[in-house]
Amino acid sequence: MENIFRIIVCIKQVPGTTEIKINPETNTLVREGIETVINPFDTYAIEEGVRIKERMQQSGSEAEVTAITMGPAQSESILREAISLGADKAILLSDRAFAGADTWATALTLKNAVKKLEGWRLIILGKQTLDGDTGQVGPELAHMLNIPFIGYASSIEHISGQKITVKRLAEDRYETFEVRLPAAISVGKDINVPRVPSLRGKLKAKNETIPVLNIADLSMDEKDAGLSGSYTQVIKIFTPKHVYEVKMIEGSPDEQAEELFTKLKQLNIV
Amino acid sequence: MEIKVDKTTCTGCSLCKNFCMYDAIEITGGKAIINDNCIFCGACIDACKFKSIEITGIHEKNFDFSAYSGVMIFIEQHEGTVAEVSYELLSEGRKLADALGSKLYGIMPGYELKEKISGIFNYGIDRLYIADNEIFKHNIDDIYSKILVQAINKYRPDIFLGGATSFGRTLLPKVAAIIKTGLTADCTALSIDPEKKILLQTRPTFGGNVLATIITRNARPQMATVRPHVMAKEPVQNAENRQTDNYLKYSDRIEFLEFDPLNFKTKYKLLSREKELGQSINLSDYDVIVSGGRGIGGPDNFSLIKELADSLGGVVGASRAAVDSNWISYPHQVGQTGKTVNPKVYIACGISGAIQHLAGMQTSDIIIAINRDPDAPIFKIANYGIVGDLFEIIPRLIKKIKNGKGIT
Ligand SMILES: Cc1cc2nc3c(=O)[nH]c(=O)nc-3n(C[C@H](O)[C@H](O)[C@H](O)COP(=O)(O)OP(=O)(O)OC[C@H]3O[C@@H](n4cnc5c(N)ncnc54)[C@H](O)[C@@H]3O)c2cc1C
Ligand SMILES: Nc1ncnc2c1ncn2[C@@H]1O[C@H](COP(=O)(O)O)[C@@H](O)[C@H]1O
Repeated sequence: MENIFRIIVCIKQVPGTTEIKINPETNTLVREGIETVINPFDTYAIEEGVRIKERMQQSGSEAEVTAITMGPAQSESILREAISLGADKAILLSDRAFAGADTWATALTLKNAVKKLEGWRLIILGKQTLDGDTGQVGPELAHMLNIPFIGYASSIEHISGQKITVKRLAEDRYETFEVRLPAAISVGKDINVPRVPSLRGKLKAKNETIPVLNIADLSMDEKDAGLSGSYTQVIKIFTPKHVYEVKMIEGSPDEQAEELFTKLKQLNIV
Repeated sequence: MEIKVDKTTCTGCSLCKNFCMYDAIEITGGKAIINDNCIFCGACIDACKFKSIEITGIHEKNFDFSAYSGVMIFIEQHEGTVAEVSYELLSEGRKLADALGSKLYGIMPGYELKEKISGIFNYGIDRLYIADNEIFKHNIDDIYSKILVQAINKYRPDIFLGGATSFGRTLLPKVAAIIKTGLTADCTALSIDPEKKILLQTRPTFGGNVLATIITRNARPQMATVRPHVMAKEPVQNAENRQTDNYLKYSDRIEFLEFDPLNFKTKYKLLSREKELGQSINLSDYDVIVSGGRGIGGPDNFSLIKELADSLGGVVGASRAAVDSNWISYPHQVGQTGKTVNPKVYIACGISGAIQHLAGMQTSDIIIAINRDPDAPIFKIANYGIVGDLFEIIPRLIKKIKNGKGIT
């Protein structure tokens, strides 16, 4: 088999949160012309994948980045965006039966897709999504593939065909781990600054055919996918009841500082 | 699996459409129509006042969960120091166990733990399972997951909880994947459904703008990670003799797990662990956070924020705008792409209160905002607001705090 260092980047389409507001009077959600975007952390995952590819290429090895997402048909647009940002290929996993997946069912579907690919050495994910916000897909996927997972990576210190050394911030400490490849990592915004799409990338993104795999292509049973295959289920969604009653502290700066000082004393923090 | 709108009861009121985050609902001909963008999140079902929306055809497997009972807490420690969130979880776990009429268990892997554990017994724990061995010296998830899985398989708790710390959020997904059960991340409220006796797990999603209540179906234990600092740390009353370091006093409630250390191989080679240099950056360790935003104006002015934080025994936080301008390092960032914090007091200085920032701090007990723009959104969620120039207010406040300390 040809010796290409293949990197898989998992990305997800999420609603852009800047558009979601709570109407303070009625405590309901107000959405104006919602737009969907690549999950912000996943843009760092794409960039890191492309950087590793470039590093590999500089040292004379061949490398390739494949972006993959599970989502409705319209998620194709984020895959094209990933290509414009430097990914070489993209795969869309789309089927009504995938809808409603929790992290377990998502990880299982991604696993079945990854298993169909060959020669992959590294999987990169975002550290969490804006909507689900769990950060669980990475560790669950890694377990299903029986490979090590290093979450919250803040830099890749070293990578070869065999091993990767990753530094990450855990609570108040930096930890540096070395693991053998294949492996999976998740990244946050401290790992890099994503580039803007290149002209060539945009052109490639427009012309690329993106294969769509459905549940049959992944040889999965309907009861293992989507909501049916999920162990968790959302039973209620509601907006937090804010009983915010701001007390404004008025007066001259001196009076304001004095009153604030008194408040802090009452709160027992001075 | 299908999501259906009952055309006879739907009034086309579009409440559901307003709740849908995925543009999956259209109102056509006075009725709600759900399209293929739907991800079955269920938000519309709850939003509908007329109970017109229903998801059908979910494959339900019927299991007998009667072999599972009790609440088990993963007690996280770092080099022998028990993480605060573990005490919070024990307090919460006690309440859940009482609501179920069942027992509270702890599982604690670590190294040289004996002298470190007596405090745990102030929280009404019925049994503490300990795995004390050098292999648990460093918190490495593939090693820890094995012992947790062993304990879960042996003792079959109905509920299993751990802290939503960096470690917990990597370890518990691995455990859940091995056990094959659900895991609800970063919960901020837990309760027991009085009828069904199942765990209701509530957590913020969409950057804290929406709360979702989640249940675990088809599998046990019901697993969740819980956000630090949200649950109250409440030692049970009449906790015997808090101060004793002699764990033997509790030996009837301790069980040492049996295992063969040779079975605990790891795929990870830990090359180094180092504390972040400079100021401590674990924001969640502090009761007081003083945060600066773009209104601070530049890196040097952060010394003012630092001085205020120091005088209150707190720590410095920041908005993304301040971090992106390189005025302060990323570990200080609060918000959706930074840290989520819940201090007793959060003082926002020169921060407008963009929704992504609020996502990381809106559950703080008390929020104080200093901003010269009276319309800044931060005032919408603050408990106390000061409209004014932070460069005039903060130095005066610091002076008063220092004087106050001199007098008392
Ligand atoms: C996907 C995504 C994720 C994000 N994640 C985060 C995140 O994690 N954390 C985060 O903070 N942001 C995040 N943001 C950015 C966020 O939207 C805002 O841009 C940011 O929070 C603004 O920071 P700020 O309030 O410091 O600055 P500004 O919005 O510029 O506000 C500065 C404020 O200071 C006031 N001011 C100025 N001078 C003075 C003075 N002398 N005295 C008193 N007040 C003064 C002004 O009135 C103004 O209200 C994210 C954005 C996106 C799109
Ligand atoms: N549907 C999906 N398709 C592809 N990747 C996903 C999907 N959902 C989550 N991921 C990946 O898993 C990471 C963590 O997601 P989450 O566990 O939902 O917070 C994301 O940043 C993505 O890299």
